[in-house]
Amino acid sequence: MTKDKVFRTLLLGSALLIVLVCEAVFYSLTSGALPAFRSFGFFRFIGSSQWGVVDGSEHYGALPFIMGTLLTSFVALLLCIPFSLPVAFFVGEYYRNTKLASWVGGVVDLLAGIPSIVYGLWGFYAVRPFIVRIGLSQQGFGILTASVVLAIMIIPYAASLSAEFIRMVPQELKEGAYSLGATRAEVLRRIILPSSASGLVSSYILAIGRALGETMAVTMLIGNTNNLPLSLSDTGNTMASVIANQFGEADGFKLSSLIAIGLVLFLITAAINFVGHLIIKRNTL
Amino acid sequence: MENITLSFKDVSVAYNADKLAVIHISADIQKNSITSIMGPSGCGKSTLLRAVNRMHELYPNIQITGSIELNGRDILSMNPIEVRRLAGMVFQCPNPFPTMSIYDNVLSGYALNGIKIQRSERDQIVETCLHNVGLWDEVKDNLNKRGSFLSGGQQQRLCIARALALRPDILLMDEPTSALDPIATSRIEDLLVELKKEVTIVIVTHNMGQAARISDYSMFMYLGELIEYDKTEKMFTNPSDKRTEAYLVGKFG
Amino acid sequence: MKSVTNRIFKDRLLKTGIIVLSGLSCVPLLLILGEMLLKGWKQLSWSFLTQSTPTSLEAMLAVNSGERIPGGIANGIVGTLIMVLIATAIAVPIGLLCGIYLSEHRKTRFATTVRFLTELLQGTPSIIIGIIAYLWMVVPMKTHSALAGAIALSIMMLPLIVRSTEETLYLLPASLKEAALALGSSYRSMVIKVLLPALGASMIQWDPTRPSSAVSLLIWQFYNDPNLNSMIWSASLFLLLFVLLLNITAKQISKKWRI
Ligand SMILES: Nc1ncnc2c1ncn2[C@@H]1O[C@H](COP(=O)(O)OP(=O)(O)OP(=O)(O)O)[C@@H](O)[C@H]1O
Ligand SMILES: [Mg+2]
Repeated sequence: MTKDKVFRTLLLGSALLIVLVCEAVFYSLTSGALPAFRSFGFFRFIGSSQWGVVDGSEHYGALPFIMGTLLTSFVALLLCIPFSLPVAFFVGEYYRNTKLASWVGGVVDLLAGIPSIVYGLWGFYAVRPFIVRIGLSQQGFGILTASVVLAIMIIPYAASLSAEFIRMVPQELKEGAYSLGATRAEVLRRIILPSSASGLVSSYILAIGRALGETMAVTMLIGNTNNLPLSLSDTGNTMASVIANQFGEADGFKLSSLIAIGLVLFLITAAINFVGHLIIKRNTL
Repeated sequence: MENITLSFKDVSVAYNADKLAVIHISADIQKNSITSIMGPSGCGKSTLLRAVNRMHELYPNIQITGSIELNGRDILSMNPIEVRRLAGMVFQCPNPFPTMSIYDNVLSGYALNGIKIQRSERDQIVETCLHNVGLWDEVKDNLNKRGSFLSGGQQQRLCIARALALRPDILLMDEPTSALDPIATSRIEDLLVELKKEVTIVIVTHNMGQAARISDYSMFMYLGELIEYDKTEKMFTNPSDKRTEAYLVGKFG
Repeated sequence: MKSVTNRIFKDRLLKTGIIVLSGLSCVPLLLILGEMLLKGWKQLSWSFLTQSTPTSLEAMLAVNSGERIPGGIANGIVGTLIMVLIATAIAVPIGLLCGIYLSEHRKTRFATTVRFLTELLQGTPSIIIGIIAYLWMVVPMKTHSALAGAIALSIMMLPLIVRSTEETLYLLPASLKEAALALGSSYRSMVIKVLLPALGASMIQWDPTRPSSAVSLLIWQFYNDPNLNSMIWSASLFLLLFVLLLNITAKQISKKWRI
């Protein structure tokens, strides 16, 4: 065999390895989750909101955590859009190619580098007292507190992704619109927004994907209770935070149930990321 | 005076402080005529044209001095969005709005300007404008398709229709046929000759044959300066400047 | 017809709104940065980097007598370095090769699948990778080891390396590849000589804080021990400065190597 052939084999081998790793991840999660699914049933596991020993028998259901995850991520997204979209317009349109924009871009990069625990801590010292002050809850922990901090965490990510798409709108189109007498606001609404819409949607889908799996900051703020959260002031747990909280001392069915929650989270984030990337590809190829 | 649509008065444009791209140009453009601007690449034709509808103001570093009058009004005393409505522009590359249908593309000027019009009137405008650019028969069954599905020549005619829909006083065209094949080009040339009854046309072109065929007046620019401006026949048969002559016989550009 | 003044007013309003909202979104972020600087600065010193974590008692005594807490995060830094080294040794060769493979086979079905799986892996939350490391390493070895952390880290690094390799190779001008082939260099040496230097720059941009490195774990330990709380900020500040340094280096390098 020539050296080139060896090299090519290595290339193929490493690509195969990626497939293998993914399969192994999926297999490990599934086999770890199997005892839980087998004893409770997949749909009862997902649909039940009991967690722990009830009447002397163990019963685990993931509904409160699925709900907690969806609720926090969704509220975080709602809070994130009105701030990240203006930032994206600021960086990608109004001040694009200026020093100011690249400066803002640098800060955004930096913020992505702050460990999530610091956001959690800041939420603990700054956001929680505020929630208490407005009388939403006594301790200040809960869905809303976690969502606010999550929103702050995903703003830089969502903003820099969507700014990229806004920047990509061709200058000819904008000039075409200006030449017809449009103001910048009208160009923004009628040309830039429709042209970058799918990119923007995918940015926010990917941002949600981030929020779903966020662990540390949420764990510190959500209150870590096993109940089904029904309002913003309720405490609860997300899938990620319940794993972080209870994995350490879990065994048996409980351990299997936590792995099962991990599997569900894995599938949800995979689906969300898949959709996000799909939309991007559709529109850039 | 009333048959002068556009008048440049000592206009200079600079992209950066040390070098002028357009140097002290003064000229009057006759109403209901076609005026072509020729000159070697980089001589400032596009720059001059874009000064008319104040496109340069989209970019903060560009400096303009002198004044430009459109139908006797100084364009600087008007709001840029008014000026741009009165001076339609067609670009070198066809740029129909890809997110809009053909129908909406024609009406995009109204939508962008926030002008509300009745359904029947809208249909009327779309049909007339597409007729005027000779596109109606080709697209009348596909009005709801996206504009970007059309061929290059059709797209360019759609862009002309879009500019005409706002009934501008003057149509500024920057090499509108340079991306098109000869057949599409000649269709647009015929169209322009038709259109000059309704609107004054200024067209930048590298195609001397085109300038000779359609334009009433011609300008020759060189290195940012207006070298010669005369009736087209006169310029092509008996140019008064050596540089014009050299350009016309293909010495440079 | 809407009046021109009305439209211009709306235009100004939108611009003002965008500037104000952009400014507002920076506020919490600046507050966090400020808090880190303010609370972390006084702990940050040479000994903070060279000494290991104090016990809870030592920290409590120091806090009570109003002194700065002795000790630092050296153990965390060393732990992180070991983990990162092992993880890099695993992930970089595999990731590079896989990235090259993908850039060579852009349209085949297998490559599309691999690319999709890479994206899947990249979007997988780190807590799930944590579970995997637990199942693969901690369960069989019956102990938490740096190796387990390194495996987790390498799974997280892998997709980033694959993607940046593929993207860099893809963006590289085709003429460059052709030129190298025309010179008669073999396929392998072409890839190595022409493509890899360009990759170096993008590689450094990899961000070591996102995965739960040992320093992050230390921060978690500080959080759970009230006496050590104030060390959180300096440890985070250290991480942040480190990221900043990496980013600047990466920018400089990619400027130098721009083709
Ligand atoms: N955006 C810009 N920034 C800086 N300089 C520019 C810019 N656009 C044009 N120029 C310069 O201004 C001069 C005139 O350019 P212009 O585009 O008006 O030429 P043109 O006559 O339209 O050429 P062409 O026939 O190639 O379209 C050129 O020297 C060019 O380098
Ligand atoms: Mg030009």
